[in-house]
Amino acid sequence: MSDLMRRILFLPEAASSLAPRVDRLHFFIIGTTFVVGAGIGLTGLFFLVRYRRGRAPAQEPTMAAPTWMEAAFAGVPLAFFLLWGALGFQDYVWARTPPRDALDVYVTGKQWMWKFAYPDGPGMVGVLHVPTGTPVRLLLTSRDVIHSFYVPAFRLKMDALPGRYTEVWFEAVMPGRYRVFCAEYCGLDHSRMRAEVVALEPAAFESWRARQLAQPTWVADEYSGEEGTRGPLARRGAVVATRQGCFQCHTIDGTPHIGPSWLGLYGREEPLASGDSVRADVAYLTESMMDPLAKVVAGYAPVMPSFHGRLSAGEVGALVEYIKSLQPERPEPPPAQEPTYGPLPR
Amino acid sequence: MAPSHAEPSVAGPSYLDAERGLWSWLTTRDHKRIGVMFLAVLLLMFLLGGVFALALRVELLTPGETVMGRLAYNRAFTVHGVVMVWLFLIPSIPTAFGNFLLPLMIGARDVAFPRLNLASFYLYMLGAVMTLWGVFQGGVDTGWTFYTPYSTVTGREVMPVLLGVFVVGFSTILTGINFITTVHTMRAPGVTWMKVPLFVWALYGTSIIQVLATPVLGMVLMLVALERVAGAGLFDPSRGGDPLLYQHLFWFYSHPAVYIMVLPGMGVISETVCAFSRKRPFSYRVIVWSTVGISFVGFLTWGHHMFVSGQSTFGAGAFSVLSMLVAIFTAMKIFTWLGTMYRGSLWVSTPFTYVLGFIFLLFFGGMSGVAVAVTSADLHWHDTYFVVAHFHFIMVGASLMAFLAALHYWFPKMFGRMYPEGMGIGTAVLIIFGFIATFLPQFLLGNLGMPRRYADYPEAFQPLHVASTAGASLLGFGFLIVAVYLGWSLRHGRAAGRNPWGSEGYEWLSDSPPPEFNFHAPPRFPRPPHDYANPGANTEVEHAA
Repeated sequence: MSDLMRRILFLPEAASSLAPRVDRLHFFIIGTTFVVGAGIGLTGLFFLVRYRRGRAPAQEPTMAAPTWMEAAFAGVPLAFFLLWGALGFQDYVWARTPPRDALDVYVTGKQWMWKFAYPDGPGMVGVLHVPTGTPVRLLLTSRDVIHSFYVPAFRLKMDALPGRYTEVWFEAVMPGRYRVFCAEYCGLDHSRMRAEVVALEPAAFESWRARQLAQPTWVADEYSGEEGTRGPLARRGAVVATRQGCFQCHTIDGTPHIGPSWLGLYGREEPLASGDSVRADVAYLTESMMDPLAKVVAGYAPVMPSFHGRLSAGEVGALVEYIKSLQPERPEPPPAQEPTYGPLPR
Repeated sequence: MAPSHAEPSVAGPSYLDAERGLWSWLTTRDHKRIGVMFLAVLLLMFLLGGVFALALRVELLTPGETVMGRLAYNRAFTVHGVVMVWLFLIPSIPTAFGNFLLPLMIGARDVAFPRLNLASFYLYMLGAVMTLWGVFQGGVDTGWTFYTPYSTVTGREVMPVLLGVFVVGFSTILTGINFITTVHTMRAPGVTWMKVPLFVWALYGTSIIQVLATPVLGMVLMLVALERVAGAGLFDPSRGGDPLLYQHLFWFYSHPAVYIMVLPGMGVISETVCAFSRKRPFSYRVIVWSTVGISFVGFLTWGHHMFVSGQSTFGAGAFSVLSMLVAIFTAMKIFTWLGTMYRGSLWVSTPFTYVLGFIFLLFFGGMSGVAVAVTSADLHWHDTYFVVAHFHFIMVGASLMAFLAALHYWFPKMFGRMYPEGMGIGTAVLIIFGFIATFLPQFLLGNLGMPRRYADYPEAFQPLHVASTAGASLLGFGFLIVAVYLGWSLRHGRAAGRNPWGSEGYEWLSDSPPPEFNFHAPPRFPRPPHDYANPGANTEVEHAA
């Protein structure tokens, strides 16, 4: 029955423990809507035939709704709506309360890709492996604009916001590959920001995970085949800087050399030779690598060569990340903690 | 057959002939001329938005690139949304039909502030020009909702569009203030609050929302502008801002704005149902109090746009329940309209065909609204085509059907001419059918999981997109026919006479088209509007003597 309804309504397969709950209510609402809608349509048609001008009996000009009928107009739909609201809220609370033993996965949305990482191990772009029959808690955030993590087969959706963490959980009930969409408009390639959830039997998942841990390739797709590519992006930036010879002109200890020192550079307001000033943000740093003579910092000779064509996008990102990391006095980071459950601080 | 009171018009020229020349129109303070000017511009906007809608449907005919690239698609849906929402639907019925009819319906000579009324027309024009300039200068790709932080980081021409919409907002506020003052101070003797025509009640409720909510929109658009120009950091988390703040502020306006679009339409339907059933409303007070209720509760539901945004769980539950209340008021209206038809004497005319379509479509639009207000169901439907179909049912199925009903019902009043009735009914059926063919598949697409604002999609979604595009072309063809026969009727339609529908609405007491100051002599309204028990009881002073 349920399957037939699902097919009629074009709902995708129900592959999570949440999906049947959402679908049940869906059928209830849609079913009621169609029954009442047909009632209204047929009543309208009947009136149209029965009371068509010319055929109608003498009109009843004083007819008005009795008060009980007015109350029923409000009361009956209200009862239905509140029932749906209550049932739905129950499931909603359930869907937003992760069980304590859930497996954590960090999800980062970025124009235009999804990145996944387990707290202890491998990260992936575009593919999330999860075991079936196990609750998985997703901790979502975004690097740029708002994205929304949407798995139709799981009836699951949650926004990923920059500067915040949101959480949601699911339990896949059958092995398979399920489509992930971005449901919040995020720019040019919004419609191509797709990923996949691969649900594996627990045993298959464990062996997959063991393989990954034995051969960890951090953010594997992007930096394969380079030395020193595991770990934070900033470390890669240092490698790139060494290889490209940046340190021939730039220092990282605050001493001015041929070019400005990178220590504390990021975010600083720099006076320019032209008399203006510029904030050394991502845009400016990138511009300086590609077109160094466009905005030369006051007091330095315009001698830097362009690195256009010599740096890949990933390398530029790594360099910027490295420069960002070079801040003179940084507060001690808070001690690392085990992930805690319960509401996240907002 | 229609009772026709087509007596030869002896007294004075109509508002159309009172003065001649373009300049007399551009500087007019006559609410009827301002209404007609609004109508003309709004129809242009509708055409523009519609052309982009068809372009979008064509692009979605196949997965991958069909006729435009992804950037072009993103810009095109933005143009479609911005033009349809801000420049057509929100101003549509209040500025065109409200301006024309509100004074007539309460027996007034004009609105309370005629010059302000003209100013609101020019503000609208200024805002529209700014918006369109931005849209065509560089293109905008934010969607009509301008969500931050995307709208503050995209490199497109967002500023002129933000400012344009801001200016249009002022036009809306001025119109609202004008209507409220007019209804309070200029009702003819005898028109007590419980004898105010239902369309006027709807305009009154709408005006209250416009005056209270639009300033919030203006403010939030300014904040986005500030963020773009000065890097204010209100919405940017790296500067301590909150990306969700924008959504709260935006929907605090834009949810009530849905009722700015729908309430006047409901008013139109309340009028026309009575006129074509030849019966008084089944319950005048239900219609009035549900109007007031919608304008109040509409302010308390904005959070139902944010169930998956990271808003608190409790908040989601509260907004879910509050949203149900709005649906109740809508349900009460639907039952009351049906009750009005019960044992009436139904005249199947063009406006009445749109009324029947309206009631049916509003029902499904409203019920799908209840469905997405159910928190758990929204986990699946949020930001999918289900929502797209839902709000098109409300905005097109309800607002636009009502607009067409109003256009056909009051066309004789505005221009003094009739249109070919058979053509009108046939086209109405075509439009309703085309509408269902366009948007019913979109509900199913949403179920299937197709997110909105997608230039590209997996192949599994294609059959339903093809069906939707086919429906859209029918719909577009229907509008074309309407434009042709109404344009033809402006010149060549047969003379309508004072009251071609035999309606007991107050506005039909005046000539068609009405004279410059609406009535030849002060009108007297001893009977409520829509009272078909005592036809002809409402008169002008001289006739009563």
